[in-house]
Amino acid sequence: MDAFHMHEGRMAPLDRANVDTDQIIPKQFLKRIERSGFGPFLFHDWRRNDPDFVLNRPEYRGASVLLAGPNFGCGSSREHAPWSLEDAGFRAVIAPSFADIFRANCLKIGLLPVQLPEPSVRRLMDLATEDPATTVMVDLEAQTVTAAGFAERFDVDPFSRDRLLDGVDDVGLTLRHEADIAAFEARRDPWLPRVTPQ
Amino acid sequence: MSRTLAQKIWDRHVVRSSPGEPDLLFVDLHLIHEVTTPQAFEALRMAGRRVRRPDLTVATMDHNTPTLGGRAAADEIGRRQLDALEENCRWAGIRLYELGSRHQGIVHVIGPDLGLTQPGLVIVCGDSHTSTHGAFGSVAFGIGTSEVEHVLATQCLPQLRPRDLAVTVEGALPVGVVAKDVALGLISRAGIAGGQGCAVEYRGAAIRDLSMEGRMTVCNMSIEWGARVGMVAPDDTTFAYLEGRQHAPRGADWERALDHWRSLPTDEDAVFDAEIRLDASELEPHVTWGTNPGQAVPVTGRVPEPADENAVRALRYMALEPGTAVEDISVDRVFIGSCTNSRLEDLRAAAAIARGRRVHPRVRAMVVPGSALVKLQAEAEGLDRVFTAAGFEWRDAGCSMCLGMNPDILQPGERCASTSNRNFEGRQGAGGRTHLLSPPMAAAAALTGHLVDVRQVMADEGERGRRLAPPDPPGGWGGQGGRG
Repeated sequence: MDAFHMHEGRMAPLDRANVDTDQIIPKQFLKRIERSGFGPFLFHDWRRNDPDFVLNRPEYRGASVLLAGPNFGCGSSREHAPWSLEDAGFRAVIAPSFADIFRANCLKIGLLPVQLPEPSVRRLMDLATEDPATTVMVDLEAQTVTAAGFAERFDVDPFSRDRLLDGVDDVGLTLRHEADIAAFEARRDPWLPRVTPQ
Repeated sequence: MSRTLAQKIWDRHVVRSSPGEPDLLFVDLHLIHEVTTPQAFEALRMAGRRVRRPDLTVATMDHNTPTLGGRAAADEIGRRQLDALEENCRWAGIRLYELGSRHQGIVHVIGPDLGLTQPGLVIVCGDSHTSTHGAFGSVAFGIGTSEVEHVLATQCLPQLRPRDLAVTVEGALPVGVVAKDVALGLISRAGIAGGQGCAVEYRGAAIRDLSMEGRMTVCNMSIEWGARVGMVAPDDTTFAYLEGRQHAPRGADWERALDHWRSLPTDEDAVFDAEIRLDASELEPHVTWGTNPGQAVPVTGRVPEPADENAVRALRYMALEPGTAVEDISVDRVFIGSCTNSRLEDLRAAAAIARGRRVHPRVRAMVVPGSALVKLQAEAEGLDRVFTAAGFEWRDAGCSMCLGMNPDILQPGERCASTSNRNFEGRQGAGGRTHLLSPPMAAAAALTGHLVDVRQVMADEGERGRRLAPPDPPGGWGGQGGRG
């Protein structure tokens, strides 16, 4: 995973609540077995059907911070959703709340989910609407979001923060506890289900 | 110290805990399918790692599989995904129930079918409806592909402890009101983010009275209001379902397992972080009108006035006017299936409505059993003949039109009464419009060509004395009214 320290970029305001992962990347694009190449399909139906959709508007081309309404990323667990955002050039999503699985998936790949109170997200949306050239700075180390006349701290659990700052291999981190895992396995009840003999 | 069901299971699975870090949880059962795993295996191989516990991992093909014509009918990239799963399972030594095998089916249907889903386990799968398995009293949750890779490599996952939320449904469900209505009624009240960060335990008389299938339906929909984990304490209903299944413990092991399982239910004085209470006797059959599962009303109701911009958007997408009586909404398609409602009991409940009647000439209706085994069992009871005689299509097992990754999709503008779990824009096909409801309600809609109160259809049939959702084991229903 790539490390995340800070990122400065322009914002794309997607002023909708409960954006589900079926909208972020519709199912017909989940058949790829590769990890990359999902960017062109990001918000496929909304981009195709609505010429005014935020990502269709030239003034938001190249934006790298997505602003969204509450409960962003609800629904399906598809990691293809953060992959498509990442592939389309986004490095952070700022919203009043995120669905749990989507947030976990983002943290795994280094796409930063930043939770701010709804009025704060609204102010950022206003800034991005008034002047699409406005940039925002997301600083994970300081846990701050700053933009023209805007500065706010955000919370992130310390474990995820440290992982993102270091860009560590998550699996490698767990494998450091190999002895604990083996000890746990040794004391599991023998009658627990097995799909095949070990 | 008094603990909840979720806390007891959690505590027992902590491999390692350290202040300021998530708990490292051991995973007892990892279910995998073709869509969310190819990149996980690829990453594993690139890192030079192996699958730690193939014996605790089971694979099936379900998400993109055709329900007619088998694997040959899959499109080329879909087939590539199936090939990749086969190749990966061979490489890792993982049991795969491929298309055509007796135990192939929706991943959340085959786990219980096989008796692999048991009380007290930690179960994960790269699918958000993994909470289904919580019906057995297990901590089961959906994960992303990076986490799939993590579990393949380590059989563990670092996880933050969820909050404990009780949903207590007291009283008895009225006739014609089933588990799906509990879920939709609950979500319409709690909101689609109401369960975020929570392990939900469904409790109370109405939950206890549900069959395992009904409990699975309720737990399945947990993610639709944001909860990753939804569970029901194991009891005699659970044990009766499990006993004798392929992977259930036997003999002395069965007794040991029972002792453990009986220790799992939430202690009497355990404290939940929050509680939601529902009165079952006030619930009605529910139907969604909008584009998320919380936008639901009783079938006797009307499409509501939009309360916010989201509702305005939803009404526009659904091409509905506020104030329209729900029963005045006509449908083009009916889908009975999905991990929410494709089990034998669901098919029986739908067949009980369809028996001896005809699908409305304008409607195309499809029944997709949840697994190859469910299909066989249903056919042994003659349910397939009930459906086909009524004009329903009878298909092979898979996720099918729930998410439309296979050829079973809605055309733009088509309106579908569906027993699945999501009515998101485009979920069942770009431009398609989905109304979520229960299997008997879906069958009733197929017959009448519009959303309709199944109790009305039942009343019309009243003299024939058929019951809606018989709790009896296989055989009990067929003996009542003669087989089709």
